[in-house]
This record gives sequence, C-alpha cells and structure tokens, in this order.
Amino acid sequence: MSPLKIKKGSTSHSAYDLRPSYSDTVERHTLAVLVENEPGVLARVIGLFAGRGYNIESLTVAEVDHQGHRSRITIVTTGTPQIIIQIKAQLGRIIDVHKVNDLTVEGPSVERELGLFKVAGKGDHRVEALRLADIFRANVVDSTLESFVFEITGTPEKIDAFADLMRPLGLQEVARTGVAALSRGAV
Amino acid sequence: MNKTMTGARMVVQALIDQGVDVVFGYPGGAVLPIYDELFQQNQIKHVLVRHEQGAVHAAEGYARSTGKPGVALVTSGPGATNAVTGLTDALMDSIPIIVLTGQVPTFMIGSDAFQEADTVGITRPCTKHNWLVKDTEKLSATLHEAFHIALSGRPGPVLIDIPKDVQFATGTYTEARQVETHYNPQVKGDLDMITELVKAMETAKRPVFYTGGGVINSGPAASQLLRELVAATGFPITSTLMGLGAYPASGEAWLGMLGMHGLYEANMAMHDCDLMINIGARFDDRITGRIDAFSPRSKKAHIDIDASSINKVVHADFPILGDVAHVLEDLLNVWKSRGRKTNAEGLSKWWDQIKDWRKVDCLKFKQEGKVIKPQYALQRLEELTKKHDRYICTEVGQHQMWAAQYLGFEDPNRWMTSGGLGTMGYGFPASIGVQMAHPDALVINVAGEASWLMNMQELGTAMQYRLPVKQFILNNERLGMVRQWQELLHGERYSSSWSESLPDFVKLAEAFGAKGILCSDPDTLDDAIMEMLTHDGPVLFDCLVEKHENCFPMIPSGKPHNEMLLGDASTKDAIQAGGAVLV
Repeated sequence: MSPLKIKKGSTSHSAYDLRPSYSDTVERHTLAVLVENEPGVLARVIGLFAGRGYNIESLTVAEVDHQGHRSRITIVTTGTPQIIIQIKAQLGRIIDVHKVNDLTVEGPSVERELGLFKVAGKGDHRVEALRLADIFRANVVDSTLESFVFEITGTPEKIDAFADLMRPLGLQEVARTGVAALSRGAV
Repeated sequence: MNKTMTGARMVVQALIDQGVDVVFGYPGGAVLPIYDELFQQNQIKHVLVRHEQGAVHAAEGYARSTGKPGVALVTSGPGATNAVTGLTDALMDSIPIIVLTGQVPTFMIGSDAFQEADTVGITRPCTKHNWLVKDTEKLSATLHEAFHIALSGRPGPVLIDIPKDVQFATGTYTEARQVETHYNPQVKGDLDMITELVKAMETAKRPVFYTGGGVINSGPAASQLLRELVAATGFPITSTLMGLGAYPASGEAWLGMLGMHGLYEANMAMHDCDLMINIGARFDDRITGRIDAFSPRSKKAHIDIDASSINKVVHADFPILGDVAHVLEDLLNVWKSRGRKTNAEGLSKWWDQIKDWRKVDCLKFKQEGKVIKPQYALQRLEELTKKHDRYICTEVGQHQMWAAQYLGFEDPNRWMTSGGLGTMGYGFPASIGVQMAHPDALVINVAGEASWLMNMQELGTAMQYRLPVKQFILNNERLGMVRQWQELLHGERYSSSWSESLPDFVKLAEAFGAKGILCSDPDTLDDAIMEMLTHDGPVLFDCLVEKHENCFPMIPSGKPHNEMLLGDASTKDAIQAGGAVLV
C-alpha cells in the first residue's frame, strides 16, 4: 500500500470517517467511480474537476463490464477532508455515475501502476540499468544494442523510485498508466 | 397505436405522452422535421419566441408557475448557443426544463458543417444531464428518461440534441412505462437524524426556520406541511428569494426574506438563533454573508435532496438527505408522537426580541415631492393587485430586491425570479411562459428599464399570442444596482452605469401594437396602475422613479448578518478592501 498521509485519529480500517471534516490538512485519496459506459461520461467527470477547481493527480479509465456496459474510473485526487467529501458528492450527482468508492477511507486497498521506461546508453550504464531493472523486477520488452524499454508495475512510489534511478543512466522517455486500485478482501 | 414512426414524430408523441401542452421555440434548418410534425397536430401549442433565450426563460416561467416541466425547441448551432443562458439559469435555480435542439446530420458531425456546434459539449456543465441521440431506435426512450431526470431528485434542465437524419429515419416508439432507469434519488430522510432534530427543536430557545426554493420544488404538499409545522411549533420563519410564497407573507411567524437585501429582523434572527433549520435552501453567499461569522452560536439542520449541498458551505449538525415534503411529514409525525414539545419560555423571550427588531421597521421610506419612489410604486402595485389571481416575475437588480421586499406572496409558484444566476432579461420571457400556463391570471413582470431591454423583442411574442402580460418598469435611467455598488465601493465613479438614448417606451409599445403607459407623478400612479390592469392586452408601464435611490437594508460584502446597512447615513466606507473583491 502506498503511504497515505492519513491524520492521526482517523483510520483506513473503519467504515466511519472519524476525521474532523473541517481540517486544513490536504489528503490524497483514491476514488473508484463506476460509470455507465456512455460517450461523454469521462468528459463529465473531468469537466466537474476542472469546473470546480479540484485536483487530479492520476486518472485511469477502461471498460470493466462489457455486458453490463460499465466502465471504472480510478481517480487519485488531493484536497482537505471537506473538499474530498464534496468531490464524492459532486461525482454522485452525475447521472451516468453508478457508484463512488473512496478506497482510501473505506478499508485497505491495493494500488498498482504500470510504467514503460526507455533507457539509452552503452557500457557500464547499460549494465547498471539492467541490474537495477532486475532488482525492481522490471521486464525488458524491447531491446537494441543501445537501448532498453523496461516494463515495471507497482505502486506509484515504486515507479517514482525506479525513474529516479534510471535518470542518470540515460532515461529517454517515460509512459505511465496512472493508478488502478481495488479494495482488499472478498467484497 | 402504430409503433413505427419517424424520429420527428416520436418527439411530438413523447411530448404528448408526457402531458406537454405548450412548447416554446424557434425553427431552423436542423429542426424542420419536428416543426413539420408540430404543424400536423393539435394537441401541443407552439409559441414562436423572438430569440432562443426567450424560449428557455419562457419554459422556466411555465415550469416555475405550474410545477410541470417546461419545454423549449430550438435549432442547431446558434439556436443551441442562444439557449445556454437559460439552461444555466435553470440549473442554478433547479428548474425542470427540457430543451430539444436540432443537430446537423450524424454523418456531418465534426465537419464544421453549417450551423454545427458541439451542443452537448457546450451544455454539459449547464445541464443536469444531456444526450446526443444518434439512433432513432433510442430516441423515444431518451425523451422519456429526460423528463424523469429533469423532474426527479433535485430538478434541473436537460437537453436532447437530435441530428436531422435521426429525425427523418424511422424506428420503434417506446412507451414511457417501458423505460427503465437507474436514477431514483432517495426521498425519505433518515428517521434517526430526524428524531435528533426533533429533540433539538424541543429544547431550542431561539429557533428559526430558514426555507428555500427546495420547498417550492418539492410541490404543494411541502408548502402545506411547512405551514402546519410552523403553526404547530410557533417558530419564526424566514426564506430565501427563491422560497418566497412557501409560507404566506401574511402569516404570523413570517419574518420576511433574509440575505443581502433581506429584512433586519430576519437577518438578526439568523445571526442570533441557537437552532437553524434549513429546509431546501443551500447557504448561498447572498444568504450567509461572511461565512466565518455566519450564525456563530447555532446548531444547524440542513434538509436537502442533493447530497452535495449538505456540508458544501456550512457544516450541518443535523444533515438530512431527502425530499422536503417527505422529510417534513416524518418530522411532524415524530414531533407529534413525542408529545408536541417546545421550549415555551425560551420561545416567548425569542419572540420579544424579534418584536424589538421589527420595530426598526427597516423597509420604511418617505414618499414626498413629485418624484415616485420605487418602493412607493411597488407598495401601490401590491395594494392594487394583491386580491387578484396574481403571478409576479422580475428581471434582475434593485427592482427585483424591492419587489421581494414590498410584494407579499401568499402561495408557492407565484414568484418567478432569477436567483442563482441573476439573469437580466429573464423576467419578460418568463412572464410569457407564465401567462401561457395561466391564461386568465394577472401576470406582472416587475422590471428595470435596462433588464427589460435585454429581451424586449419578446413583445412581438406577447402580441402574437395575445398574452396580456403587464410589464411594470421601474425606470431610473440607471443600472441601479451597479450604480449603488459604484457609490459604495468605487468612489461614486459611475462607470457606464447609466442608460443613455433610452427609447420612448410608450411609442415602443405602440410600435408593436401594444399599450404604453407613462407615469411620473405619484398622484396619478394609482390611476395609471388601474389603467394597466383594466387593459386587455400587453402593457408596457414606464414608471419614472427616483434615479438615485439605493436598495436597503443591505449586508455589505464581507460582513456578517448583524452588520446591516439600514439607510444612506450608514453607507460611508461600508465595504472594506476584503469585501471589495466579492460580488
């Protein structure tokens, strides 16, 4: 799990929101939004964030239930507790939104992101990049005599760390998917 | 019924099935098939407006005065973009309207075709929901769903964009009852929280009901239950601009409107109360003033159908999500079953305090000399029309606030005004929509000359359909509210806030074939108003009033409720730097 900045007194293991809702602390929350897979639904969600001045740190979207015509949007956002509550309520107003889950407060969850890293170099740099990729369990998905493309999955923090290490070794390009997240446990 | 029909026919059929009797619109290339269908039937009347903005405001007026959805029909491109102001207005005030727009044929979408605009894109943030229907098979179901969404939960405007080829193509008509929807907002409030609120009501020493447009939107039952609740508890009640009429202005517990230009006693009661019961209002900035000094010693209950309204601006100690009528019914039942208790001693002291505040008589003014005071004009209008079956619309500005202060509203759905968006040009077309819905009623639009000119072309509509709407224009040859703010805030530098080259309103009326009345003398005002009332047809009443009258009471920007300005003497340096950035 990513180290979330949850205030003391609150818990990520309780169904109840125990934090004072009028604190100034900016929190990072991962929201899972189940939506009708209609044209324009993503625009509605993004438009809401832009129009009301909310932050988007990461956003992923894909169809998750073809028969049921459902897509899942995972949004990582930041704000004070009051703003986070407001974001959830505003999302809930969108007609095409079926469900909004705050994975950060509703119990433990797993978050994963996939990154592709193009690293170019020769000699020691090349060997070192390959060695670090091995430590991070990144796969080589493309290779030339002068470059690699690594594929890595993990928490956003792990991918950040990998990027930091690759930078001096000839990092050329990065593509990241953004966070996908699910709650832990059976339900 | 033959279930196979063209898309255009489906539109008309769905409107009929939904009980629509009038559509406000303006034809154009992309809606011609629908207009052709309208031509070939007699169940739905079409009102040809003179500008699409007028169509949407007329639909709003119709909706607000009936509780039924209003319908507007406009063409693609400029037709749709002209509808945007009305849509935003309806969204801000939660008015259920259905706007149908034509669109270029599906195979031309995205090609910058003639009169093409990304209508669903443009209107996404100013509708409750919108659709681009690309398949005739889905059109009728979408139309039925649109009515359901516009009317359910927190009402609002919806828009359906219909490409021309979809109107021509044939498909199977789906009946309203066959349409499934997942949108069914919760209407019943949480009983435990309602009980908690009742307990607080039983002991409160200084309670106040603060009601809003949600009571009106919830339907006549909500207003009835509210009256019952107020009568039973004896708590004082105030209302926002949008909620006027839910509780009668002649009622004993009525404090008058609250907010920026609200009554002294209403704002003081809000500031000093220990229990505030917000019913269907949203703590708008016109109401709260400075938020950190807003009613500092009270517990606050908030009854609202929209979860995003609760805790948005002001923390609610008793948040109750639900429809006003449903919640009030439960609230009354719980309160009765627990023994109908109130804190009689506390309440009696509270009412003594309120009576002291009432003595300030914050709406007093002096009509003297030969110039009509705008307050006097409205006072006379009230006196001469209050016995009528009367509906009042307004434009936006000083006249709107004076109308709210000096006219009394005894019933819901009698007061049509642009509250949230503050749209100048709203009132005249809205009055046309109201008159269409209530052909025999007296419909008056209280206007300022500047606002009225913004949609003056609708005089043609009023004439064409013989709608006897009375346009009561308080003409101060100024943008009065702008001028007032410039006086208070910008060193009396009246930048562009007076109207030069105003038309002769009497001649203007006559040019359209309507009646014009000019009145500038307080002594002839009553006769002139009577002449307006007895004329069977649209009247443009040009009432020349005092040019520099300011609207009081006023809570200056950035100030709390208990720092109201009551008159000209107290206005110097009233707004400080922090408040100056607020509007």
